[in-house]
Parts: sequence; structure tokens; C-alpha cells
Amino acid sequence: MTTDTTEPAAREKDASPGAEQPQGATRSERLTSLAQQHGALVALLVMVLVASLSFDSFLTGDNLENMAVSSAFLAVVALGMTFVIITGGIDLSVGYVFALGGVLAAWGSQYGTLVALILPLAVCGLIGLVNGLLIARARLAPFIVTLAAMLLARGVLLSVTDEGSTTYLVDKDAFFARLGQEKLLGIGLPVWITVALFGLGALVLRRSRFGQYVYAVGGNEDAAALMGAPVARTKIAVYTLSGLCAGLAGALNAAWLMSGVTILGTGMELEAISAVVIGGTLLTGGFGFISGSLVGVLLLKVIQNVINQIGSLDSAYQQVVSGAFLALVVIAQTWLGRRRRML
Amino acid sequence: MTAAPDAPGQPPPAQGTPALAVTSLTKSFPGALALDEVDFEARAGEVHALIGENGAGKSTLIKVLTGVYQADAGRVRFLGDEVRFGTPLEAQDAGISTIYQEVNLVPLMSVARNLFLGREPRNRFGLIDFRAMHLAADEALRDLGVRVDVTRPLRTLGVGAQQMVALARAVSVDARVVIMDEPTSSLEPREVATLFGVIRMLRDRGIAVIYVSHRLEELYEICDSVTVLRDGRVVHTGRIADLDRLRLVSLMLGREMGQVREEGLTKFSGDHAAAGEPVLQAEELTLSHMLHAVSVEVRPGEVVGLGGLLGSGRSETAKAIAGALPPESGRVLVAGSEVRTGSTPAAIRAGISLLPEDRKAEGIVPGLSVRENIALAALPGLSRFGLVDESRIDRIVDTFMERLRIKASSPHQKVGELSGGNQQKVLLARWLAMQPKVLLLDEPTRGIDVGAKAEVQKLIDELAEDGLGVLLISSDMEELVEGSDRVVVLKDGAVTAELTGDQVTEDLLMQAIAAPLPADAGDGAGTPPGPRKEAGDD
Amino acid sequence: MTELTLRRSELDRARVLRLLQDYGVYAGVAVLILVNVVLTPNFVSGENFRTQAVQVAPVMIVALGMALAIGSQGIDLSVGSVMALSTSLLSLYLGYGPWIAVLVAVIGGMVIGLANGSLIAFIGVQPIVATLALMVAGRGLALVLLPQLKDVRDPGMATLGSGSVLGIPYLVLIAVALAIAVAFVVRRTTFGRQLLAIGDSRPAAQLAGLPVRRVLIIVYVVSGALAAVAGVIATARLTASDPTSLGTLMELSAITAVVVGGTPLSGGRVRIGGTVAGAVLIQLLTATLIKHDLPPSWTQIAQAVVIVAAVYAARERGKR
Repeated sequence: MTTDTTEPAAREKDASPGAEQPQGATRSERLTSLAQQHGALVALLVMVLVASLSFDSFLTGDNLENMAVSSAFLAVVALGMTFVIITGGIDLSVGYVFALGGVLAAWGSQYGTLVALILPLAVCGLIGLVNGLLIARARLAPFIVTLAAMLLARGVLLSVTDEGSTTYLVDKDAFFARLGQEKLLGIGLPVWITVALFGLGALVLRRSRFGQYVYAVGGNEDAAALMGAPVARTKIAVYTLSGLCAGLAGALNAAWLMSGVTILGTGMELEAISAVVIGGTLLTGGFGFISGSLVGVLLLKVIQNVINQIGSLDSAYQQVVSGAFLALVVIAQTWLGRRRRML
Repeated sequence: MTAAPDAPGQPPPAQGTPALAVTSLTKSFPGALALDEVDFEARAGEVHALIGENGAGKSTLIKVLTGVYQADAGRVRFLGDEVRFGTPLEAQDAGISTIYQEVNLVPLMSVARNLFLGREPRNRFGLIDFRAMHLAADEALRDLGVRVDVTRPLRTLGVGAQQMVALARAVSVDARVVIMDEPTSSLEPREVATLFGVIRMLRDRGIAVIYVSHRLEELYEICDSVTVLRDGRVVHTGRIADLDRLRLVSLMLGREMGQVREEGLTKFSGDHAAAGEPVLQAEELTLSHMLHAVSVEVRPGEVVGLGGLLGSGRSETAKAIAGALPPESGRVLVAGSEVRTGSTPAAIRAGISLLPEDRKAEGIVPGLSVRENIALAALPGLSRFGLVDESRIDRIVDTFMERLRIKASSPHQKVGELSGGNQQKVLLARWLAMQPKVLLLDEPTRGIDVGAKAEVQKLIDELAEDGLGVLLISSDMEELVEGSDRVVVLKDGAVTAELTGDQVTEDLLMQAIAAPLPADAGDGAGTPPGPRKEAGDD
Repeated sequence: MTELTLRRSELDRARVLRLLQDYGVYAGVAVLILVNVVLTPNFVSGENFRTQAVQVAPVMIVALGMALAIGSQGIDLSVGSVMALSTSLLSLYLGYGPWIAVLVAVIGGMVIGLANGSLIAFIGVQPIVATLALMVAGRGLALVLLPQLKDVRDPGMATLGSGSVLGIPYLVLIAVALAIAVAFVVRRTTFGRQLLAIGDSRPAAQLAGLPVRRVLIIVYVVSGALAAVAGVIATARLTASDPTSLGTLMELSAITAVVVGGTPLSGGRVRIGGTVAGAVLIQLLTATLIKHDLPPSWTQIAQAVVIVAAVYAARERGKR
């Protein structure tokens, strides 16, 4: 998987004397961009190292597989979120859209695997589409539109489950259940699906024209419009994509749990945003990469695992840590951003 | 995938044929006629200067040409065909590219991605072929004589190089007309030289370049012809070589050399009895790219004018004194004691008040009432224990509304709904309520109607007579000359002349403004780089 | 001439829109009350009014702080988490007596607000982003302090939760008093004027020498304090501390109340009366749907529609 989007600034091939660039700025530029691109990876490696030295149970196959599967669902949500944040937007609806996707999949599984997959994708994609239309065409603020969509998703979720009193179960013999249960080379299918989706996502973001538009819209919307980028369509597409990702993650989660649990997904939007931002994507838009989000998700999950391993600590510490992490990363980004403007 | 203009599409028009021509173009905004029957023609293979002071209409003209605004009347012909652009994109697709001062690209994306956004070369799987793209980008830039690493994020390049990328994009999208809006305002001399090389290359390829700048030296160096706008009208068009500097300046400013002038066109009464120690001393203010050791003194009861063209550093001087721009070096003293620079509250406490040039964005608080706008700065003094003393505010507001003859339906009317003149008076009232020692007035009468203008001028006079020190910035020569006791002339961010007593005449002021820069300017290191464009260009 | 008449009709349209935005919320409340009086059995009873008022009190208090944040051209997404933190602190410190506990809870909210305000005013982080970070951290902190639901059995809190004077519950009195206090601050104090000026035009406020940073920090500290008070009140009413679910989606309800009440998201205007009415409107809407046996899911969908509609309607004004 490719890591960078803006090409390593370290490529020396054309640093000819005639190049019109402030040479002094290059080194610090390079350092900050390195920190931004690989800071989360370094933190992850350090965490893993410390954890495996401290807890014998950390580096066991079971624990790793467990972490991988539980990361998978958040990772798929974060994948969609990465696209949204690179355009300079935000999607606060994904938590409940994720839960809705799970419930719809569990309910739909009684009519076959196809329904179990298509129904959540259609409904969640539609919610994302409406988000996108309101944001791109009616020009409403993303945070408020997606907050409202969160409420809408929750309302639909409650009404589907008789106000939360019904839990739909997935028949364990159904093909759909196997999507969540089956293992390939000892690793759960959801993990493989997630890896495939990330590969595809990275390819789209990096190598497709749509991906270029995503960066351009987030980097400078007016300039992007002047350069002929379809700004509104790009925004509509990313919010739809985010809805689809959240719905799919919910469906996979239902297949794994073999039921549609209504209370899942609360606060997931915050986890997803944290993961994306910790992974190096700028909340102000225009810069970011898919692999960083994956690293961010893994970092959050390893922290969670470590907190669980300590045992005496409550799992809520994870939220404190990720909130603090988020705040630190945002402060760093703001400072770096300001320095850049001074250059 | 080549950068040359003779790629697909029509062949380049023959040198000298009209590329872009407008006739009888008229555009008005509520309360103002921005363009009045303007005729303008840019020919293929020429660099055409478009100049005028603030409010002359050049920005409006450019915006009509590029599809940002729609003209009320008149015709635009592009390569012989009548056109009407609904959006900037349409104009650009047709072949009119605009290079703005603020480079309109995506700073976080690489040079190559910026060059090829929306036109990326793709392989047979529909994926972007970065190798081909980088090669083509490299070639396009080399073609303009620029060598940069095209894989670097655009923002890591200098402003000059960024502008080159914008130019390369313009050329590679097959532009026939390139409009450049003050392209050199933040460039180093070396970058200016490169830019000029590229402009000449474009010209030789049959592209029409429309060049907006306030730097006279540049105009004479790079432009073939010139169109001067004033008050929305074309006052001159022709070859620039046929026009000497002084004549050009007088056309821009609308004052004839040696013109017999009736006295008293403005409401200024004349000289003030300025006496005593200076109330304001600004010493050696330096601000990168903008000001170079600018010093100004104002005595109580004196009106000192700051002369110079747009972009000469007038507004920056005022803002640096008022604490709104932090100078890198230099001191500001009020009545002999030093004021902390870079802090608006400190400057205000010391008795410095600034009426900013951009009244709408930086002056008034449009959604608040006249009353609240007047009381805004003085609020802490009009409050007890954090509670606003309404009756004292009412008294002050009544006093100033009467004294400054502010016309509003009531003190509770929103300032955003008032006319420009009354907005300006509200701002004056806001500062007078602070009982300042020094008033910095940046274009106090711009964009306000004749009657209100006279009133504001009279007020300035009265204030000076009451013992205030006034620093007056104005593009209106007449206002500057008649209103000021002394005029300090700025050029490219440095003081170049000072006119006192009998020297304060329009003729001498114009000569001072038109005088070429000292010989050492424009080459070698350490010369003053040009100032930025002043905020709020019309 | 035609241009003049055109402008006049534009003015009329703007005026109608403005009236709708300013007073539409009161009309909405009136209509809902009327509908309920006619259609809902037992709507007109002291008991019902008390119930409705007690239920709306926390939202209303949070919305007051949110109105200040929005008036300064910002937003505070951390309010729900502050409520959770407040309830955790409250139950932890109840051993020292209710007054100390309430004080600690409110101080906790102010600290979160201070963090928000510092990020926004000094570092220049966008309000959405800064308060989002504290939304995550605040909820986590609340859960760290009090991992699960805990009953609150303090006589003082019980009195606060269910006591009343002259038939008016204490909770409602507190909410009304706070609304009056905030309205007073907005209208009568230097701080209020400066806040509106900063929200309307930050550059102009800066050039006029206003203490922009100080005002912004105070705004978020006040918002944090009010959210903490709302947390205390909700705890007293529920007689339990539940940091897991208390205050979830509160930011949305508060924003809805503020926006429906005619405060534009673009800043520069704060309508406290409208905000109070906005909170009442949402409460009445929910109550109406519930009384007519529509499930709670419907009220959420209805609220989602109301907020999008309100923001959409306010959009025209924001563009000035």
C-alpha cells in the first residue's frame, strides 16, 4: 500500500541551482511532512513494542486476531471518513449509520445474503447521498447536516427495532453469517475484506481523477472550481461513500456478531475521526492518506487492548487517551499550518 | 500533452489582431456606476497595461472579462466572436486565463498535480500515469525557463515559482488571453526578471497579455500599450511609449499638470496652526515586503498627508502605527512616550485611532446598531462593574450623531444599512468618543457621495483645529493637497519625498510620485522588494 | 424606477424572512400548544405543564451557553460530555455535601470550557474541531471517574430534583433564572456587546481594540459551566448518575433550540428569548408525538427534519 500522496519531498532529483524555492525551508518542511506522514506509525510501533514486552498475552495469535477483527469495522468506517475529511468536511452520522447498517443486515439476512448486504448499503448510501446534497447543493454546514442525519439514522434504527426492543439474529447457517465467521489462513474474513477495501480506497484516492478532485476540493475549493473540478459532485460522492462504508461496516459487524445490536456505534464517529486525524489527515482538508487512517485505527485499538490488559484500568481511559491524542494532533497541525503560511 | 499554445485547437491568431475586445461595456452596482461605456481592446502578441487608482473600475472590468460579473450592457468579442461568459470556468475554457495575485492553485498538491488537475494522463486501466504526468509537467515548466521539482507540494515553492506554475497551466490549457493582476507585488527582483522573460515569450507566441500593476517602472519595461481607467471610464488608450511618466500619473489621478484650479473645491479651509512637540512619531518602521524604514511625524493640530500610488505602503504605514500590523523594527511614540507595537489595544490606549481603508470589512460591525458601533471601542470606559451605562452611551451617541450630522432613521438602525458617508461618520464618532490624540484616516472619503465627502472633509479640518494630529491617506490628489499641511510621499514602501508649505501643490506632488526610483533599486540583494498590494483594492 | 421597485420588493421579502426567523419560533410554540389543547386529552393540567417544564430545563440551560458560542461565530460540541463529567463529579463528591459537590461539578465544566476556549482563542483551532476533541476526552474522563450508573441518594439532591415553590419546580426556577441572567449579560454588559461585535466581524472588532481572546475564552467557560449545571439538574431529576448516556446528542438539541430560535449560525446575534422558545418548541413537538402514541423514533426523525429546515431557512440571512 502506498503511503504518501504528495510524493516524498525528499526526492532530490531536480534540486538544480535554478530551482526557485526557498532552500532553507526545505529541510524543516521535509521533517514536518515526515512527522505528519509517519508519526502515527512510529507511535504504533512503540506501543506494540512496549505492549509485547509488558504483557505476555499481547503477542499471542488469539489476541492479535481479536484486535484485527475488532479493528476491521472501525477501519471501514474510517476509510469513508478519510475521503470526507480530505475534502474539508466531516461526517458525524457514521456511528448510528453503522448501527443502522448492522440492524438492517441482520433483519435482511432472513431473506437471504443478497438482501442482507444490499439493504444496508442502499439505506446507508441514501443517507450519505442526502448529506452530500444538503452540503454541496444547499451549502449547509457539514457538521450540522450530519448531526441531523445521525438523529435520523437513530430514529430509523429505533423504528425498525420496535423502539429498540427487538434484536434481529442472523441464522448461523446462513451464508451471510459465514462472511463474518469464516477464516482464511487463520484470519477472519472481515479482516481480509477490510484489507481489500483499503487497497481499493488507496488506489482510488491516489490514482484516479476522482481522487485528485477530492484533494483539490479540500485544498482550495475556489481554485478547484476555477480549474474545472466538479466540486459539488465530488462532495456528494464522498458523503455517499462515507454512508456506504459505515453501512457495510455495520453489516459485516452484524455477520460477525450474528445479530444486529442497536446500541453499537455510539461514539464511533468520534473514534473514526480520531483515527483519521491521528493518521495524519488534516482536519482542514486537502491533505491525507488512506494508510494513515489504518495506522490510526490500529493505534487506537492497541491502546484499548493495553488498557484492557492492565485490567485495573477502566476501558474509558481509552476515550481520554484518544481525546487527548486528538487534541495534541490538532494543536500540532494548527501550528504547522500556521508556520507554513508564514513561509 | 505539450505546453505550447499551438497544440490542438485553433492556430494562434496573427500578431496584432484583436484577441479580446469590449465595446460600450457598462456595469453598475447599487449606488455606483463601476463601468461606464468602456471600450477596450487587447491584441494578440501585445502586453497591454490596464491601470487606474482604486475604484477606477479595473477590477470590475477584469471580473466582467473573466465571467465573474455579468455586464449590464455592451459587447465582448473574443477572437472575433461575440461571447458572454456566465462563469469563470466558461471564460477559462474559452481561452482566457487569469493569474491572480493570490495564486489560485491548490497549495497542498504537487506542482504536477496542479498543472494537470482534471486532465491527468491515464493509462489503459484508467489510472493516472504519474510518470507521464511528471515528464509533461517538467517539460511545460522548462518551456517557460523554470526548473523545479514537479513532485513537490506547490506551497513549498516561492511565490514566483508558484506564479510560473499558474502561468504554465494557463498556457497549457491553450489560453489566448492571459490576464495578470499585480503579478509582481510579492516577488523578489530576480523573480520579476524571470516573470518578464516568460511574459515576453507569451507575447511572441501570439498571446494577448493584459497586465495590471501600479509599478510605473514595470509598465514601461514590459508593456506595449496602455489603457487608463478613471471613475469607470477609459481616459486614455494608446502606445505606452508615447506617454511620459508624469502624463501617465496625471491621467490616473485625474489632475492636469499646471491646470488652473479654482480654489476651495474641497471643504478644507487651509493651513492649521500646527505647533509644539510632535504628538506622533513613527520611526523607521520596517515590515518585510511592505515598509522600509518609514518615518513620519505629526504635530498637534497638523494634518500630514501620506501620498503615493496604490501599493506604495500608505495603508501599511497606518496599520503599523495603529498596531494592526506588527513591524519588525522601528518605534512609535505618542506625545514622546513609546507605544508597544503590534498591539491594537496598546495603540488605542495611547490615543491612536485608525479609520481603516476597508470600511466594510475592518471598520463597521454591520449587524450592530449605530449606537453600539459608536460605543464599541469606548465601552469599558462607559461601563461600571462590567455593566453598560446606557444613559451615558445615549448622551455620547446623541452628541456625536448631532455633531457629525449622522443621518440614520434612529440610533438603533443597523450600520450595515447606512450610506457609505454615514458609515464613515459612525466610525469617526467611535474614535472621537475615545478622545484620541492622533487620527489615522485611510481613504476617509472613498466611495461616499459628494455631499457627505464635503462634510467629512470639513470635519477633518475642525478636528485638526481642535488640536488633534491627523495623518491623512487619500488617492484623491485634490483632497490630499488641500487637506494637508505637509505631504510625505511613499514609493515602494519607502519615503521618497516630503513636501512642506508652498511645495504642497498637485504639480509637485505628482512629480514626486512619478519620479523614478533611485538608481540602486531593482537589482542586487538588499534592495527593497516591492510592497504588497494594499488591502481592499476596489 | 424599475430598479427601485425591484429593490423594494426584495426588501419586503427580506423583511418577511426576517420576521419569520425572529418570531416564527413563538408562532410555532403557540400553534403546538393550540393543537395540543384541542387534540390532546389532559394537556391543560398543572401536572402536565410541570412535567414538560422539568424535562425541558436541561436542554434550555445548555442552549443558553450554546447561544453565546454560536453568537461568537463558534460552536460547542462538548456540552453533552460536560454534562456527563458533571454528573460523575457530582456523585463522587456528594460525600462532602451537596453544595461542595455541585461546586466541583461546575468547576469541572469550566475547566473543559477553558480548554476549549484556549484552543480556539490562542492556538486558533476551529471551534468545531477543538470542542470535538474535548467531546471525546470529556466523556472518557466522566467514565473514568464513574464507570457505571450510580444511584444518587442525597436528600439535598432529592429536594432539588422534586421540590417546588408555589407549585413551580426548583429546576424550572433555576433554568428561568439562568435564562434571565444570560439575557441580561447579552443585553446589558460590556462583555455582551463585545461578544456580538466579535461574532459579527472579527477583523473590525480586533481593529477597534476589543479583547477578542478574553471574550472568546469567557464564552466557552460560561458554556461549560452552564452545561455542568444542566448535568447537575438532570442528575437531580433522574436521582442517578449515568455518565454513559447522560447528555448524548445534547449538543444537537441545544444547537436546534438556538437555531430554531432565530440565532444565525453565522454569528453576531444572540436571541435568548428565541432560544428558550426553541427549546420549548422541541420539547412540545416530542411530547405531542409521544402523547399521540407515536414512538420516540418518530420524534428523532422529526427533530432531524426541523433542524435542517431551520438551518436552511437561516441560510439566506447569513449571506447578507
